[in-house]
Amino acid sequence: MRLEKRAERSSTMALASPFIAIALTIVTAGLIFALRGNSPLQALYVYFIEPLTAIWSVEQLLVKASPLILIGAGLAVAYRANVWNIGAEGQLTAGAILAGAVPVFLPQWQSPLTLAAMMVLGIAGGMAWAAIPAFLRNRFSANEILTSLMLVYVSQLLLDYLVRGPWRDPQGFNFPKSVTFAEGQLLPYVTSGIHAGVLVTFVVALVLGYIVSRTVKGYEITVTGLSPRAARFSGFSQSRTILFCMMLSGGLAGLAGAFEISSVVGQLQPQVSPGYGFAAIIVAFLGRLNPVGAIIAGLLLALSYIGGEAVQTALQIPDKITRVIQGILLFYILACDTLINYRIVFSVPALARA
Amino acid sequence: MTSTHGTPLLEARNIVKTFGSLRANDDVTLTIMPGEIHAFLGENGAGKSTLVKMIYGALQPTSGQFFWKGRQVTPASPSVARHLGIGMVFQHFSLFDSLTVAENIALAMPGPYDLPALSGRIAKVSASYGLPISPTALVGDLSVGERQRIEIIRCLLQEPQLLIMDEPTSVLTPQEADQLFVVLKRLASEGCSVLYISHRLEEVKALCDTATILRHGKVVAEVDPRRETAASLARLMVGGDIHAIKARASAVGLGKPRLELRHLSLPADGAFAVPLIDINLTVNAGEIVAIAGVAGNGQGEFFDAVSGERTVAPDMLCLDGVGLGGRSITFRRKSGAAFVPEERLGHGAVPSMTLSQNMYLSRHAVDPALVSSGVLNPEGARAAAERIIKGFDVRKGKPDPEARALSGGNLQKYVVGREMELQPKLLVINQPTWGVDAGAAASIRQALIDLAQGGSAVLVISQDLDEIFEIADRIAVISRGQLSEPRPASEMTREEIGLLMAGAHERAQGGSPGETSHAA
Repeated sequence: MRLEKRAERSSTMALASPFIAIALTIVTAGLIFALRGNSPLQALYVYFIEPLTAIWSVEQLLVKASPLILIGAGLAVAYRANVWNIGAEGQLTAGAILAGAVPVFLPQWQSPLTLAAMMVLGIAGGMAWAAIPAFLRNRFSANEILTSLMLVYVSQLLLDYLVRGPWRDPQGFNFPKSVTFAEGQLLPYVTSGIHAGVLVTFVVALVLGYIVSRTVKGYEITVTGLSPRAARFSGFSQSRTILFCMMLSGGLAGLAGAFEISSVVGQLQPQVSPGYGFAAIIVAFLGRLNPVGAIIAGLLLALSYIGGEAVQTALQIPDKITRVIQGILLFYILACDTLINYRIVFSVPALARA
Repeated sequence: MTSTHGTPLLEARNIVKTFGSLRANDDVTLTIMPGEIHAFLGENGAGKSTLVKMIYGALQPTSGQFFWKGRQVTPASPSVARHLGIGMVFQHFSLFDSLTVAENIALAMPGPYDLPALSGRIAKVSASYGLPISPTALVGDLSVGERQRIEIIRCLLQEPQLLIMDEPTSVLTPQEADQLFVVLKRLASEGCSVLYISHRLEEVKALCDTATILRHGKVVAEVDPRRETAASLARLMVGGDIHAIKARASAVGLGKPRLELRHLSLPADGAFAVPLIDINLTVNAGEIVAIAGVAGNGQGEFFDAVSGERTVAPDMLCLDGVGLGGRSITFRRKSGAAFVPEERLGHGAVPSMTLSQNMYLSRHAVDPALVSSGVLNPEGARAAAERIIKGFDVRKGKPDPEARALSGGNLQKYVVGREMELQPKLLVINQPTWGVDAGAAASIRQALIDLAQGGSAVLVISQDLDEIFEIADRIAVISRGQLSEPRPASEMTREEIGLLMAGAHERAQGGSPGETSHAA
């Protein structure tokens, strides 16, 4: 058995690959459950199906999917251009810090402009944090994978310091938390469980999908990723594209951070995200580096979070299983993507005998 | 030449190789006798490299057999082939610029790593075959001809009985090619067979004993090239007459200056790049100016500077009298210029994009039918690609294939067509027919002539002297980043150009003496 290069990339396989990967992940997850002594079918049902059977848990799914989709769509655009922003988690945190500064310093300000200011500051924080790796890459050819990843820990420690130190709520019994945001500093809800940020997320993903597939800007990003030399021939500047992609993906991660603290979390605390910025990397790949694909992929990844909580409650399986399943999924996607450009050949040519 | 009777050295019998539905080799039979120089002729995509790769063990046939000295063999990998005594010099060298000659050769040699001993053997082979090269020289400092010598020596050290040469003269000056022929004839006289792949018919006639001609994967003839004419060989290759290029009145002196280069200089962009030094050139409306030169003498850098992929001082480059040296390639396109780079895949076209998507590459800023206010128009792109496919006879497997699925010649026709369709005032084209078969080359050259006749200025960068003499009104030669004074083509001979290629016009600045001495 060996791999043979295809003459052209297979578009069938490009679509089929995520489904094969999902199927393999489910089989592997079943195997893990079985090895723990749980009934695999029951565990898989609790993990993947049950959360979809009640309205409140579907709403919860959409709320969890929102940051994943928002960040994943931005990362998808960046990855198309071969700009490997791995630090969305840090940009999310930077956005949360800057947006959270509004309620911390102006706890009484509750005009309609308050939320707008928080969102704009969230975007600005994410962009500023992403601008650092972009600058280092353009100026010194520093690898953005490393720089953006390292900056994650810097921003997380900065947030940790702020909520334990200067930004701690004086009436908070010494808990490492900021003040609880006031009513006018929280996102409005469109249904009992879904906040306005979820709608914004879907609009952003669809607009990005249009930009990527139908505009010169999207063409520029795609060409830069596929063939930098051809992009230069086309008149596109690589450094400009790198900056654009980092700012876009960083800004959206920052906005996701602002959404999180002004809805689900409601204040600043040492941890504002259960790793959405890293899980969004899987969303981007699972969604075929397409912002619209990121919607479906984000929903699936959100299910992996909710399912993890469900099996913990129902079957006493540690919720670390969520990370395990997400990791396995990314592994299988990358492996299956090989089949887009290669085919598996089982027989060795008859003549190869010496 | 030793024997043309007796047991053949290598026999390929009824070789079939299929890639999907394509039969790249269809029942190919080839016999190479010991000590003969055997030409393997065919258009691009005829299946020459497929067969050669199978002989060298890089590919396996779908069916058919190989016999080596009468015994059936299966070259399962290149190392098996080398073990049998088959050596190959590829068209594209695999050498490391920052290592010395001996270090590069050591990488390919089996057995223990013993540099001093190897250097001795290199010196010996190099002296006995007249392939001058210093084992301690850094590859990055060597000319393309010298690099080819390294590859040949690398093969000779393994004492091959069959040497495969893939289009070896495409990168050489005429003088260097003549030297190569002496070496190959000497090898043949010692009993080493040579399989010589080329589509330069004159040199095949001068060098080879036998020629096997391939068309669409099938052997169409085996002939004695010395008894054929270049025209009859071409007919066998193409399967019909190549239409002759229409002669035209010389356009020298007509038209106003379109492109003016004044003291154009550009520093080297990396350790092994070539700086451009004080280049002066005017290309007038209605004429074709050709720049000859051996590969790696600054052609790529020159193309980048003229196209705007790298910018220079504003007044170093003028288009219709306006200084554009500091402007981007997009701005130059908007001013009426068009460019065709040497590398089609990955520079002139994105390999994994379809032909219609590749339309935007050079036209996104200049063609309102393709893009309006930043939004792509896929229907417009598809229609434009369709027009070019029809107009330039681009042959393809499916309606809108990816660029990489096309053969080199067909992709070149597409890229050239894409740039020509907008009737640019200035066209700069690097190696217009490199690796393109005779039929396609003729139609590309005709299109260049027609464009010039319509009042455009055409600047051609080419290594192919036949091509240059066929189409150019004036010729200049580039060598180590310096350009000779352009002169009318009718006043120049191949010998003069050969001397200029080797640097006869360069202003003294301590270039390597070895380079000029063997060319003089």
